Amino acid sequence: MRYLPLTDDDRKAMLKVIGAKSADDFYGDVPESARLGGQVAGLPDHQGELAVERHLSKLAAKNRSASSGPFFVGAGAYKHHIPASVDMVIQRSEFLTTYTPYQPEIAQGTLQTLFEFQTQVAALTAMDVANASMYDGSTACAEAAVMACRVTRRKKVILSGGLHPHYAAATRLLCEAQGLEVVHLPVAVDGEMALAEAVDDQTACVIGQSPNIFGTVTDLSAVADAAHEKKALFVSVFTEAVALGLVTPPGEMGADIAVGEGQSIGVPLGFGGPYVGLFACTEKLVRQMPGRLCGETVDADGKRGFVLTLSTREQHIRRDKATSNICTNSGLCALAFTAHMTLLGDKGLRDLALLNHEAACDLADALEAVPGVEIVTPRFFNEFAFRTPMNAEAVLAMLDEAGVVGGVRASRLFPAEHMGDVIICAATECTTPEDIAAYAAALKEIV
Amino acid sequence: MTMNTQGRPTAPTSTSVSDIETVSGSRGLLQAEGLIFEIGTSETTGVDLPAPKNRTGRLGGVARKVPTGLPGLSEPEMVRHYMRLSQRNYAIDLGFFPLGSCTMKHNPRLNEKMARLPGFGDIHPMQPQATVQGALELIDELATWLKTLTNMPFVAMSPKAGAHGELAGMLAIRQALIARGEGETRKRVLVPASAHGTNPATAVQCGFEVDEIKANARGRVDMDMLRAKLERTDDVAGIMLTNPNTCGLFETDIKEIADLIHAAGGYFYCDGANFNAIVGRVRPGDLGVDAMHINLHKTFSTPHGGGGPGSGPTVLSQALAPYAPVPFVVKNEDGVYSLVEDMDGEASESFGRMVAFHGQMGMFVRALAYILSHGADGLKQVAEDAVLNANYIAAKLKHVMTPAFEGYCMHEALFSDAFTADGIETLDIAKALIDEGYHPMTMYFPLVVHGAMLIEPTETESKATLDQFCASLESIARRAAQGDETLKGAPYLAPARRLDETRAARKPVLKWTAPEGETVAAE
Repeated sequence: MRYLPLTDDDRKAMLKVIGAKSADDFYGDVPESARLGGQVAGLPDHQGELAVERHLSKLAAKNRSASSGPFFVGAGAYKHHIPASVDMVIQRSEFLTTYTPYQPEIAQGTLQTLFEFQTQVAALTAMDVANASMYDGSTACAEAAVMACRVTRRKKVILSGGLHPHYAAATRLLCEAQGLEVVHLPVAVDGEMALAEAVDDQTACVIGQSPNIFGTVTDLSAVADAAHEKKALFVSVFTEAVALGLVTPPGEMGADIAVGEGQSIGVPLGFGGPYVGLFACTEKLVRQMPGRLCGETVDADGKRGFVLTLSTREQHIRRDKATSNICTNSGLCALAFTAHMTLLGDKGLRDLALLNHEAACDLADALEAVPGVEIVTPRFFNEFAFRTPMNAEAVLAMLDEAGVVGGVRASRLFPAEHMGDVIICAATECTTPEDIAAYAAALKEIV
Repeated sequence: MTMNTQGRPTAPTSTSVSDIETVSGSRGLLQAEGLIFEIGTSETTGVDLPAPKNRTGRLGGVARKVPTGLPGLSEPEMVRHYMRLSQRNYAIDLGFFPLGSCTMKHNPRLNEKMARLPGFGDIHPMQPQATVQGALELIDELATWLKTLTNMPFVAMSPKAGAHGELAGMLAIRQALIARGEGETRKRVLVPASAHGTNPATAVQCGFEVDEIKANARGRVDMDMLRAKLERTDDVAGIMLTNPNTCGLFETDIKEIADLIHAAGGYFYCDGANFNAIVGRVRPGDLGVDAMHINLHKTFSTPHGGGGPGSGPTVLSQALAPYAPVPFVVKNEDGVYSLVEDMDGEASESFGRMVAFHGQMGMFVRALAYILSHGADGLKQVAEDAVLNANYIAAKLKHVMTPAFEGYCMHEALFSDAFTADGIETLDIAKALIDEGYHPMTMYFPLVVHGAMLIEPTETESKATLDQFCASLESIARRAAQGDETLKGAPYLAPARRLDETRAARKPVLKWTAPEGETVAAE
């Protein structure tokens, strides 16, 4: 067995040192009825590397990769180009095969990258501080809601109708389990501002998204003002981190907490995970934050160094009184984010964001020219929704036959709404003029 | 004798390394390296993008006002930056990492290669299901392995990490109680004092109250206390128990515990963090478990990545399966795989959705590659070798350190600090191990053992490695017993000395800020 270094002679010698007859001796506490005679039945034996590679490659070949043709799916995960050097950095053994940096003397590599990550996320969102990452955007959103309830000692959370429905579901689940009330405003393409009307004296926070699930970008400053007037918090959500290079970031709108998905920068699509949740807030809320934080300090020689800090918020110290049950962050994905962000810099990020917006504008122009197609997203970054004269599911299936993966039907995201004719599509820097032409041509044939 | 390039022997000198100052701040191969904010500029970029046309027409004026100011680096600078930082990290690929309860085993590179196949790495979670049949099949295949290895009928694949899996299990219990009409009355969850901190934190996140049970002198659940706690039954939601437990011991009375909790009308959540000790040898479903998360990053060797991402599929009993979270994969009669995403039909009793999309696919690929490589025979050997290695360490060190409990351990050996002289702490022993070239063991956990030192070798270490480690630790333990004060200063040979954590917490500095008068330092 290629991963097991012990030889039979080793095992015998070790058993002798221990004074045991066989490995069975160690399992003496297992109840009789739960002892297996041999290995678990119904499962195959070990295989060589070649056989495993063949089997998995066969499964992989049954999937259509986003790079294999015109591809326009977004809705919370985006197809962006990842520089080769980013993947090389995260495959370095020293980052890949290490643990949470609880022993800072031999983890300064991880800790310094987390410190850089926190600084980058704070700058990107225009917030005071950021943590060292969450599982993903949806769980970050749920944690923000319960954090807001802790901070305000109120029990009502209001979600916009443009919030990603998976984020809304994850947030509702965690809140309701804790006895918190969740009000979900009616689903709307351009309805984020309704939060300003809905906030009241019982509200802990309002949660709005820009760009929202339909791609609509909105300056939510008035929502923040309305929330603050009622002493509630404003949680600003995004699912497309690249957008923040161009559109108004949470901090400029007066957000108290900013949460979002960082996948777009450095992390592959990977069928939905692992991704990296971004979580930032104002300075005064930092001690109520969930998740890990990395801070600067000095070592015994007075040299600058970094450590995990404020851990008295966390479960391994506070147990049932912790701010969250979270034990891991998304360390390696955070590193990918940081390495990619470091390649981009401010200029690269802004150019990348512009290229995304321009590709989406070109796509909108091309699709709008198809008779019967109506773009319903009024203002957008790199994603928008459009209405077709036919059932969206049928349109997407026919586009698929033409080799175009045309987007996500709104009815998959909102099964209870009557949105059977709406498709949400995204374009990025990976989208070529040929891809757009192929989409428009195929759509014209269909509708 | 070392030779220089002219072939002349170099002369030994008597200068101590600590006396040598360098202009650069580097120390030989250990290069000095600042933060990116100190070495990059906001005009530098390491990507070559086409020039944008600066069209912002459809943004509707919702535009960023203040630039991020973030610095960029060219590719060679970026690569060198992170390579230099990497040299300050300890890693499994570099050496022995006996961190108890964390299962730091070798991460096969085949798994990395498989996860990067475009058919897995470059597919979108919301693209049409007809175009991702291989991905759904892979999830189903891994699910089948997990269900069979645990003898449980259902597995929720979407939890993002171990603690998230705990949340899945406890939310399923909550939903089952609601379905029974007892959601408001059954709020008490029993949790041993030795549990991982995530257990009580998770219970509270789900609206439960934690009732702590103590360990007995053998490191197992105190059954008398448990029975006493279960005298009142109408408020009992369940128990959260780690098995093998955090003391590295199999819970001898586990079946009786399961029976007692079921008789009380509660459910049995088993924390599967230590599954590595029993995988392929004991099936938790045979022990009366109702829910158990499996840390793919522990037992099935997906890389820890400096603290995540993890993955925490959670197996559920027949009693809890109807309440499992969406989405999940089903195989239809025609052989087509589909995702159940909506809470109707077979998911009508589901407790809901925990997360966007379908779970940690990248970890599923790696875990399945690991599982197929081992097979049922190899996984059994994994557990046996992990347990053998731990007992070997326990046997070699019991004469110089203080075993916390008598008898054989499972996959990790636990010692208390009773053998140390006054003034020498577990922390000092841990830090001295760093100078010996090892990652320290887990320290001060579990909380039920004073100055706990928890050593988990895993099955991927050779006998020679264990022998060398035991020799190092034995020497340190003897120094600790003699009160050797030099231990207080360890580590001496690491990239950094002990760090001032008090200072970090008192006035937190959580991001880089430009020195006054500068926005980006290198501008």
